[in-house]
Amino acid sequence: MENTVNIFLFGKKYSVPDNLTIMRAMEYAGYQLKRGCGCRNGFCGACATIYRIAGDRELKACLACQTKVEDNMYIATLPFFPLVKQVYDIEKIGPTEQIMMQLYPEIYACIGCNACTKACTQELNVMQYIAYAQRGEYEKCAEESFDCVMCGVCSSRCPAGISHPQVAMLARRLNGKYIAPRCGHLEKRVEEINEGTFKALIEDLLGKPVDEIKELYNNREIEK
Amino acid sequence: MYSENFQESLAKVEAAREKNIELEPRRMTAQEKEELLKAYHPDYKTDEFEVLTIGPNKGDKVPKELAAMLQAHSRINPADIDLSNPDYDVDVLVIGGGGAGSSAAIEAHEAGANVMIVTKLRIGDANTMMAEGGIQAADKENDSPAIHFVDAFGGGHFAAKRELLSKLVCDAPDAILWLSELGVEFDKDAEGNMITTHGGGTSRKRMHAAKDYSGAEIMRTLRDEVLNRKIPVVDFTAAIELILDENGNAAGAVLLNMETEDILIAKAKTVIIATGGAGRMHYQGFPTSNHYGATADGLVLGYRAGAKLLYAETLQYHPTGAAFPEQIFGALVTEKVRSLGAKLINKNGEAFMHPLETRDVSAASIIRECNDRGNGVETGNGLAVWLDTPMIEKIGGEGTIEARIPAMMRMFGKYGIDIRKEPILVYPTLHYQNGGLDISADCMTTNVENLFVAGEAVGGIHGRNRLMGNSLLDIIVFGRSAGKSAAAKCKGVTVGKLSLSHVNEFEKEISDAKIETDMISPKLLPNYVKQRDEK
Repeated sequence: MENTVNIFLFGKKYSVPDNLTIMRAMEYAGYQLKRGCGCRNGFCGACATIYRIAGDRELKACLACQTKVEDNMYIATLPFFPLVKQVYDIEKIGPTEQIMMQLYPEIYACIGCNACTKACTQELNVMQYIAYAQRGEYEKCAEESFDCVMCGVCSSRCPAGISHPQVAMLARRLNGKYIAPRCGHLEKRVEEINEGTFKALIEDLLGKPVDEIKELYNNREIEK
Repeated sequence: MYSENFQESLAKVEAAREKNIELEPRRMTAQEKEELLKAYHPDYKTDEFEVLTIGPNKGDKVPKELAAMLQAHSRINPADIDLSNPDYDVDVLVIGGGGAGSSAAIEAHEAGANVMIVTKLRIGDANTMMAEGGIQAADKENDSPAIHFVDAFGGGHFAAKRELLSKLVCDAPDAILWLSELGVEFDKDAEGNMITTHGGGTSRKRMHAAKDYSGAEIMRTLRDEVLNRKIPVVDFTAAIELILDENGNAAGAVLLNMETEDILIAKAKTVIIATGGAGRMHYQGFPTSNHYGATADGLVLGYRAGAKLLYAETLQYHPTGAAFPEQIFGALVTEKVRSLGAKLINKNGEAFMHPLETRDVSAASIIRECNDRGNGVETGNGLAVWLDTPMIEKIGGEGTIEARIPAMMRMFGKYGIDIRKEPILVYPTLHYQNGGLDISADCMTTNVENLFVAGEAVGGIHGRNRLMGNSLLDIIVFGRSAGKSAAAKCKGVTVGKLSLSHVNEFEKEISDAKIETDMISPKLLPNYVKQRDEK
């Protein structure tokens, strides 16, 4: 009842059940993974993979843990890609246009080929978020890049040598720290705690007999 | 798109949707919950547990798979290890590069310590990265740390160590502020107020989120900060044994390069275990929502060095693991799906429980619905219940799913299921290790000096069950605290002669107790290659 397909792991042929993901197919083939396997759920970007279906011109990219095998799939994993990560002190920089120019000037060499977007394993509009970064529109860059798992496939396809995920990372931190509105109720609560506002309440709970806390718990009011 | 087999049940779910949205299912009483858990929760299946016969928790029950690992042989023979010429010599050695380890390293660095991270995969390869739903903190007007305490204490069956739990809730707002200052993008309204929701068992809406990438957003920011500070990260290197000094204090670790299998020695004044959870042990044969490396390494390292475990017999089964399609079997479906209004529906289209009971109660209730009451949907891979995601769009308006839970939409979308229009199938999945190493409020283990623990490897913060959003919180609060404590402590430490005699002593205990095992531990990675042969 199980159908098999032929896949080619780094060029070598294996027959595997057709319902497996690429990652499971590699394990089925006998690979004990160390590289190229992380959360196995599409969040960590460890299992970036490029493949071509025999006969197709188009080279595709995916996450191995999130993609089913297909017949005649030629597969190569990309467990590491040398992205450029610039070092900075988040306290000493600001959301200025110059900061990108300073840290990641290569983004201005983008030739608009859109290969990054086509390759994105998360189907993000990568070239668009780089355009936002070029213009210093970090809020938009942050939003557009939010689902990035930093697998690096975009950068592997970029003729301008841009490290897109790191550019987006910087934009998101700038946005989170400097551009997004500050949270008044949070700062107020931290201050109250530092002033000892809740000290007595907590100390009371630390010493209260369990039965009394059970009573509190079972009859507590739940916000609608 | 669901095949023909699902259509009959699916039609019932759709027909009842409007009515089910209106319905507010009754919450269970304390007694009902207790009876349900005893009958259906995996923690209560006594034949799945084994009594430890050696070590600091001799006489205690733990899951069979964990017992086998805790009482297994070391990966090394101490006689073969040269401790006289360490490869690394640091103030603070952090084992594990997840949220807790990274937070610890940042704070230790901030305090001026010479700190290093070793991690068996990459920094950020951790359950933190996969935490979707959010992080709790009592920072709103109608809320307080005391209310947060009562919610968590009750949700954990009144078993939490109170000094740890009070630290968790009191330091929570500051943890959120610290993350914000690092640039973590929390969901806020135009005025900067946090957009917060309920989690199972919360009495106030205090779940902060970054869409449904909450953990990923926190983890990638912490990782970026570790790199900005140029804290050394030795990746693809596992700690396989702690090193003590002649006084019995923690003083480093034996490391294994995962690729070359070279052995390296790290000497340190203080050691922080931040190795995370155990989902990849697949207790009781459950699938897991956990990271590939979640094999309870820290528990094994600590136990062999004499550190005590607390509540190691309690695991959390997340009520909503993906049950279909099989490619994502066991993957996490965030509780936030229910926070946003989706209800749990059986095969007859009935909302059989309140969707926001605590996780242990919800998981037990789903197991009962499927395995006892015969109201589960057959998926081809076991039974499951529906989680009616289209309700979210009806309640919150069109576009809510894409804006608030884009990762869920993507995960199912890859297999042709549009969760805005179709419900999804779920069943409990092994999610969290409630228990772990026993610590004091400063994060040092209760019986091994200079050994600190943070994150999922700690036991006792939550008691016997954990509320949603309190784990992302605990890795930050206790990660930071461990980093500060370890950095402060190392100032007064003079490391004595390095020793692995505890490993020899443990081996002797194994043979004295006549334990026959060919297993070695820590396990480091699961072996899924074997499953080929079982096909």
